[in-house]
Amino acid sequence: MAEKKIKIIVAKPGLDGHDRGAKLLSRIFAEAGMEVVYTGLRQTPEMIVEAALQEDADVVGLSSLSGVHNYFFPKVVELLKEKKLANVLVVGGGIIPLEDIPGLKQAGIAEIFGPGTTTDVIVDFIKSNVRAK
Amino acid sequence: MISEYADEILKGSTLAIARVITWLENEDERARPCMEEIYPHTGNAYIVGITGSPGTGKSTLTDGLTWQIRQRELTVGIIAIDPSSPFTGGALLGDRIRMTRHSEDTGVFMRSMATRGFLGGLAQFTQGATKVLDASGKNVILIETVGVGQDEVDIMRVADTTCVVLVPGLGDVIQSMKAGIMEIADIYVVNKSDLPGSDQLYSEIIYRVEQDAQMKNRKWVPPVIKTVAVEGKGEGDLLDAIMAHRKYLEESGEFLVKRRERTRQETLKMIHHELFRIIRQRLDKNSRIELMVGAIMEHKISPYKIVEKVVNEWLPLSNR
Repeated sequence: MAEKKIKIIVAKPGLDGHDRGAKLLSRIFAEAGMEVVYTGLRQTPEMIVEAALQEDADVVGLSSLSGVHNYFFPKVVELLKEKKLANVLVVGGGIIPLEDIPGLKQAGIAEIFGPGTTTDVIVDFIKSNVRAK
Repeated sequence: MISEYADEILKGSTLAIARVITWLENEDERARPCMEEIYPHTGNAYIVGITGSPGTGKSTLTDGLTWQIRQRELTVGIIAIDPSSPFTGGALLGDRIRMTRHSEDTGVFMRSMATRGFLGGLAQFTQGATKVLDASGKNVILIETVGVGQDEVDIMRVADTTCVVLVPGLGDVIQSMKAGIMEIADIYVVNKSDLPGSDQLYSEIIYRVEQDAQMKNRKWVPPVIKTVAVEGKGEGDLLDAIMAHRKYLEESGEFLVKRRERTRQETLKMIHHELFRIIRQRLDKNSRIELMVGAIMEHKISPYKIVEKVVNEWLPLSNR
């Protein structure tokens, strides 16, 4: 059997138009040996989950800078469950107030990475928490 | 369990299609029995290849073409290929970003594939993935190759119609006269045809097409279609040209000839791959391959002798 690759969707839900961080992370994940599908800006949760489904992604990485995380992140988790993709790892990042993090984790986002997180921490977290296929 | 996946594919389940393509990519043993079960249901989809250099607009064209095909009430499967890093094995698959308008259309399935070191413009299991989409009932399958140079022509052996996408500014008339990628087009597309130089490119290709018509014994004369993919211009013309080519293939009988040749090539490739896989596995055992490499490096034995020995071990001369 060939080596398995981690496939990750990097997506920006909502209307914010700033994706420098998401693009940089996409490159970092590729450098870490993952297959990265970058979906681009202004994605609805439905679009993100459909992409995860068709690509058979192991991980969905969400980035938000505009304050919509409390709606969009849990919605993605919910739709993944609906599509029988409950074992897909969902992580988030961007500008997320500390007090929102417990609620997001409770809603099923595995981890939230704020500004200043080193990329090694993110890559290691994904590698050690990704599902078996 | 496995035949459940085959059943689900035949019913068009996105989850099952996606998972079995992953199994193919990973050479997971669960893929084979499933492929065997769906195989009788393949052969109905029409397969279109979109190829060209990086940045010529293949993804945007694929998106527009998908839109056009959907207007004619046919379903679409898309496989878009991007390169893997030769250093890390990772890949940035960016084709999906051009196709977001179809992401909630249940009549479109889009999958990105990394080359994983496979040369020729496709991924190793692109053809397998095509079969999965075919069996799932997709009417048209669009394969967008990795951005190619001059010589990655595998797509012509997989697609029924191959579209070569060109843009102005990439070279003079000599480029359009060369062998390789310029030869495989059933349809030429001059994209970004609003840019300066596109009329010249257009006439250079027409010139080539006319020469080919004189020199080659081919009945099909490839049309040259002008498009501006970002503005959605010309994509309807492109689809008309694809349909015309299909009609030509079917009426001339070339369709069957082409598919027969494809089946031959594919079968040989599968045998080749499986034999190599088995032998490779055995050579990896106890690092035998490393011992061989060491011996060759020290000039104790030549690689030619090694090949002979390895082949004789499992395929004795008396059997050949």
